[in-house]
Amino acid sequence: MTHSEQQYIDLYNNYSEVIKAHSAAVLNGPRDAAFRHFASMGLPTMKKEEYKYTDVQKAFSPDYGLNFKRIEIPTDPFEVFRCNVPNLSTLLYFVVNDLCYKDNPHLKDDNGIFLGSIKQAPEEVKQTFCGLYTRNADTATDAVTALNTALAQDAFMVYVPRNRQLNKTLQVINLLHSKTDLMVNRRVMVVLEEGADATLLFCDHAMDSVRFLATQVTEIYCSDNSRLDMYELEENHILCTRFSNTYVSVGSDCTVSLNNITLYNGTTRNTIRVRLEGEHSEVTLNGCVIADKNQKVDNNTLIEHLVPHCTSNELYRYVIDDSAVGAFAGRILVHPGAQKTVSQETNANLCATKEARMYSQPMLEIYADDVKCSHGSTVGVLDENALFYMQQRGIPSDEARMLLKFAFISQVCEKIKLEPLRERLNYLVNKRFRGQLSKCTGCSLCK
Amino acid sequence: MLEIKNLHASVGGKEILKGVDLIINDGEIHALMGTNGAGKSTLSNIIVGHPAYEVTEGSITFNGQDLLAMKPEERAHAGIFLSFQQPIEIPGVSMTNFLRTAVNERRKYLGLDPLKSTDFLKQMREKRKLVELDSKLVNRSVNEGFSGGEKKRNEIFQMAMLEPTFCILDETDSGLDVDALRIVAEGFNKLKTEQTSAIIITHYQRLLDYIRPDKVHVLLNGRIVKTGDAELAKTIEDKGFDWIKDEAEN
Ligand SMILES: Nc1ncnc2c1ncn2[C@@H]1O[C@H](COP(=O)(O)OP(=O)(O)OP(=O)(O)O)[C@@H](O)[C@H]1O
Ligand SMILES: [Mg+2]
Repeated sequence: MTHSEQQYIDLYNNYSEVIKAHSAAVLNGPRDAAFRHFASMGLPTMKKEEYKYTDVQKAFSPDYGLNFKRIEIPTDPFEVFRCNVPNLSTLLYFVVNDLCYKDNPHLKDDNGIFLGSIKQAPEEVKQTFCGLYTRNADTATDAVTALNTALAQDAFMVYVPRNRQLNKTLQVINLLHSKTDLMVNRRVMVVLEEGADATLLFCDHAMDSVRFLATQVTEIYCSDNSRLDMYELEENHILCTRFSNTYVSVGSDCTVSLNNITLYNGTTRNTIRVRLEGEHSEVTLNGCVIADKNQKVDNNTLIEHLVPHCTSNELYRYVIDDSAVGAFAGRILVHPGAQKTVSQETNANLCATKEARMYSQPMLEIYADDVKCSHGSTVGVLDENALFYMQQRGIPSDEARMLLKFAFISQVCEKIKLEPLRERLNYLVNKRFRGQLSKCTGCSLCK
Repeated sequence: MLEIKNLHASVGGKEILKGVDLIINDGEIHALMGTNGAGKSTLSNIIVGHPAYEVTEGSITFNGQDLLAMKPEERAHAGIFLSFQQPIEIPGVSMTNFLRTAVNERRKYLGLDPLKSTDFLKQMREKRKLVELDSKLVNRSVNEGFSGGEKKRNEIFQMAMLEPTFCILDETDSGLDVDALRIVAEGFNKLKTEQTSAIIITHYQRLLDYIRPDKVHVLLNGRIVKTGDAELAKTIEDKGFDWIKDEAEN
């Protein structure tokens, strides 16, 4: 048992009753079992294939505080944080650390849609939650998921019943706000019933310059014929560590797109697991990473084709500068019988300095014979000839480098379907490359 | 005025220029001819500051300034423009964005405010017409998927936008069809002012029918071995370089 692991085991042994007492009741069911899984697995080391690019032990070793007693931070996020993607009118929710903000406008509309803390959900929605909780997010296989399940006390629930659609984008802003080093454990569940339709935007912001460790487990259940368009935008700071595990099950005839953008961070590990369980569905994974200084970004994805006639598309682009480290491991697994699978996976990376490191590992495993799959990965440097050409036209070398980096990353930004976000992202990426996003004071999404 | 003195230069450890002397006064057009691999593009690349080329001896001054001490972008701001023999494609960087940045950087250097968007677009339209560049091309990434001739035309379009005082046209005529050659050459002549000087690198007389050189130089094996007037280019067209080589050896 390492020091990192032991401190969480002691923590749980000492505080499990407090955790449970202050938790949404529906989260207590699998808690003890999840803890036992964690205790028997321990935190993964870098010897474990799936975590070979992220030092989990190190990330979890600092002595972070936790807010088990659910003490509200006396700020009104709506006041201190006017975060809006201009021209995008959203249903705006705040999660402050791992507490759903008390004055979120919890939506329970006539159509049966529910958005908000599971504590405030109507009984039927709670039952749905209980039936699905930890089904996709197996606590026996991943230590971070197990630990999150043992410690999480509230969950943000998105429930869209049969044939309903969210008429506006849901925007959830995850604020990290604390005077001392803090660990938060966030939980999200998205349930789209048959024919449901939703666009979701999650934004991460750290407001104070202390160390944060955020774990987040998102379970997504897409029933037949549903459509999900989901965006995650991380804009934290260099002292933040983010571990996000997203588990998605997809029924038949669905269109699902997951877009993950790391604009500013410290250490980030995003895990995405998608299971295509029904025929004629299409899933798209887009990723955009900008890292410099000594930032670390590790995206680890798995798309499983379990049935025939599904399509998956994956595109991740990284710009790695200074001595930052990027990692991408994307596995596509086509199970026996998943005929007529069409899958394309691309990871393209730009290392702007000699010190920048990128580890790229696209993997294609195919156990069916009638499929069309391809994968590719490139790691390039800035094109010296292009830089010189621009300089000859009077563009200073810093500006020329910026234009090339911007050009490189915009090829994934273009894939974003949510137009106001796409425009905003262009603006933010530009600022980011100009070094104007390096301090997160309040909200840099604001003008 | 551009003044090159005893210029020696190498690339990848290989000596290419072996003592070039050349003076180009304001308003003068000099043609530079010579066999393949003689060092013509090397000389142009050195004038604009390409980092792959190393100057081992000699000097270049431009209007009294030590050109070799200036960054490539500073040379551009000072008014030097190279129409590349092989223009570079820059996927993802739009022509508009690229030129707007270039024009405004030059203005910044001159102490002027950035151009207003409408003025910039108007200027683009006017200059584009001058070289009859298809509007579709300006909406693409820089040179991306342009044909050989389109790339050359695009070089002169950029020249029109940036209004340099010293131009190097490195084989701008190659790849252009007969009509395009006339349009581009006439475009160049319209852009030229009393002050504009230029080096025209070419293998053929036909471009020089439009742009009349004051002097013609022959570069062979890293040295300028012969200088003459416009007639020299015609003689070369007829007789090739062998007689000059013979002359140079004797
Ligand atoms: N970047 C480089 N690396 C290695 N060798 C080079 C490089 N650039 C030029 N050279 C070599 O230098 C010599 C001169 O080349 P340069 O391009 O200057 O010739 P040129 O006179 O322009 O010929 P052309 O008429 O064919 O355009 C050639 O032998 C060429 O191979
Ligand atoms: Mg040449």
